Amino acid sequence: MSTDQASHLGKRDASRRGATTVPPTDRLRIAVVGLGKMGLSHFALINAHPEVRAIACDTSGYLTDLLDKYLPTTFYNSFGKMLAEERLDAVVIATPNRFHAPMVREALEHGLHVFCEKPFCLDWRESEALAELAERKGLVNQVGYHYRHVGAFMEVKHIVGSGALGRITHVMAEAYGPVVLQPKRQTWRGQKEEGGGCLYDYAAHPINLLNWYFGKPVLVSGSVLTSVYSDSTEDEVFSTLGFEGGTCAQVSVSWSDESQRKMTTKISMIGTNGRLNVDRQECQVYLRKPVAELPEYDKGWNVRYTTELSRDPWFYIRGEEYSNQLDDFVKAVRAGAGQPNKNDFRSAALTDQSIAMILDDSADLAPSPVIAPSPGLPVRKRSWFSRT
Amino acid sequence: MEIEMDRLLLGDNQFFGINHMSEERARTQAMRFRDTAAIMKVIDAAYDEGIRTFMCTTHERVAEICDTVRSMPDRYAGLQFYPCMPYAHKYANAVTDHGMLGAVMQFMPEGGMLKTMLSGGKALATKDVQGIARILIDAEMKMFEGLSTPVIFMQNVFTDLLLGMGFAEAFRIFHDHVIEKYDAEPGYITMNMPALFKVLRDQGIENPIICANINKIGFRMCGGQEAYLDTLRAGGLRAIAMSVYASGAIPADEAIQWVSNLPNIRSIVFGASSRTNIRSTRDLVGRYMS
Repeated sequence: MSTDQASHLGKRDASRRGATTVPPTDRLRIAVVGLGKMGLSHFALINAHPEVRAIACDTSGYLTDLLDKYLPTTFYNSFGKMLAEERLDAVVIATPNRFHAPMVREALEHGLHVFCEKPFCLDWRESEALAELAERKGLVNQVGYHYRHVGAFMEVKHIVGSGALGRITHVMAEAYGPVVLQPKRQTWRGQKEEGGGCLYDYAAHPINLLNWYFGKPVLVSGSVLTSVYSDSTEDEVFSTLGFEGGTCAQVSVSWSDESQRKMTTKISMIGTNGRLNVDRQECQVYLRKPVAELPEYDKGWNVRYTTELSRDPWFYIRGEEYSNQLDDFVKAVRAGAGQPNKNDFRSAALTDQSIAMILDDSADLAPSPVIAPSPGLPVRKRSWFSRT
Repeated sequence: MEIEMDRLLLGDNQFFGINHMSEERARTQAMRFRDTAAIMKVIDAAYDEGIRTFMCTTHERVAEICDTVRSMPDRYAGLQFYPCMPYAHKYANAVTDHGMLGAVMQFMPEGGMLKTMLSGGKALATKDVQGIARILIDAEMKMFEGLSTPVIFMQNVFTDLLLGMGFAEAFRIFHDHVIEKYDAEPGYITMNMPALFKVLRDQGIENPIICANINKIGFRMCGGQEAYLDTLRAGGLRAIAMSVYASGAIPADEAIQWVSNLPNIRSIVFGASSRTNIRSTRDLVGRYMS
């Protein structure tokens, strides 16, 4: 092997996480609550983690009975019963959005570290209160904004922080995907009161990235929430966010775009010293002049790919970011206190607040054009607390 | 009885807008391959360059490819398919729309006994995963009727989800059904080869066919490149290397030479959109792996 090849391998290996095996008695006991689409994926990742013993909880008796028959895991149908009976270190909350706040609170009050799926809470004041509670109790708290764990978007943080783009004047934050493509019977994701809708489900991601790069918006205007197919929530979100220092960001999001194979998120920026176009796969940067703070980027176009920006996790299902965010959480819990290095409750509360600003702003505008709604079909409501 | 797999298998990512390097490139490819005729042109080129295996998802458009191949048995004599199922996005979208159970129901044949049982809640009593799995596999296999499918794969998102959950018995259920019903060999695609290999071995699945990322820079070789190499050296599996070029990060010659030196690699699966690329890959594989 040549020196070049060895150093290339070494570079990747250095960033890889070793799967240290921890004796079963010393493993962290982490319960995944809610085994929907995200919950099952979280459960599989947590269960495969070499330092964790996973427990799971879902109100669907059918699902837990079935899994219980085939898996060695302990399953619960009741959150309250599980909290009362299990000796846990932490929980991963992946229930429908409106349940996040009460369940996170209950878990914190039980002294458990908490990872909560995004968006955090539907009321940002509740998010702040929970951040405070977690901080006061010294508990690890994290929210599943996985884009902050995507190599290319992490690179943006690095680039923006370096100041290499100069004064950033314009940002486009976009997300498109094929979730709702026709009027139809819907799960909670299509119900506003359940915390569904394109704003919470899709737009929350690019907004969260903007918060990471630029902080809290100082003004929000031109917010339009449009229904294309859904009868009780929006399918598109457009808004303009102003940040301190004069950066203006436009958010353009639709979950009714069939041309996308899956959710696609893009960030582009224009600054006085260059430009940047980033998606999950690659990071393209144009610099007018090279900058000492960003020595790996030259004048003109620079492209870095996911192959060089990714850090291989201990276990992979459908993207490094999902694994790595949970690994951060596990490591922080293992450390006993302290915080994961990003996505704590505080930062998610800021995103919840930004979402509220967009909602307020959109309410001031003329009602958005809505197609004639089809008769609403009932959503099966789950009760997470009634069986306690 | 073990089948002899070809050294080089044509994959289908490039036809369906999947590119791990660039979304722009993925879109350009999706445009180019909008018509199934454009896909057939590439398959024709591959066939004419001597490639006889098409390893493909159960994407709805693969059904059209199957129709074309069925309609010209002489043109495609000896062409075989390695189906990979389930097509994950189809299920993920169904779960978003209908919830977990609803998604399973979506893919059950209308009027089938199990669908009726599930609707009536009777499967609550039986928890008949085996029965449900068989029906879902058969539904996915329908498009390949009358075609040669000597190896049938479980797709990686599904394999790895089950692996992570610890649902080891599911691999056995898949294994048995593929052999019994299709007289084919089961294969498993994964991003976690060392972990999967151990679980399959524990399930008594001997010498499994495992398709995984195997490349010189260790891209998406989860568990670490060293663990992959140890698993390959220890043997007891038939590996198919995918992502050999690590999405273009490694020059072709160097990539294939490296893989060719590893033990227990039976095949390479690759994606190509042009005859030139197909030919050069074929020649490299011929040079290093014959």
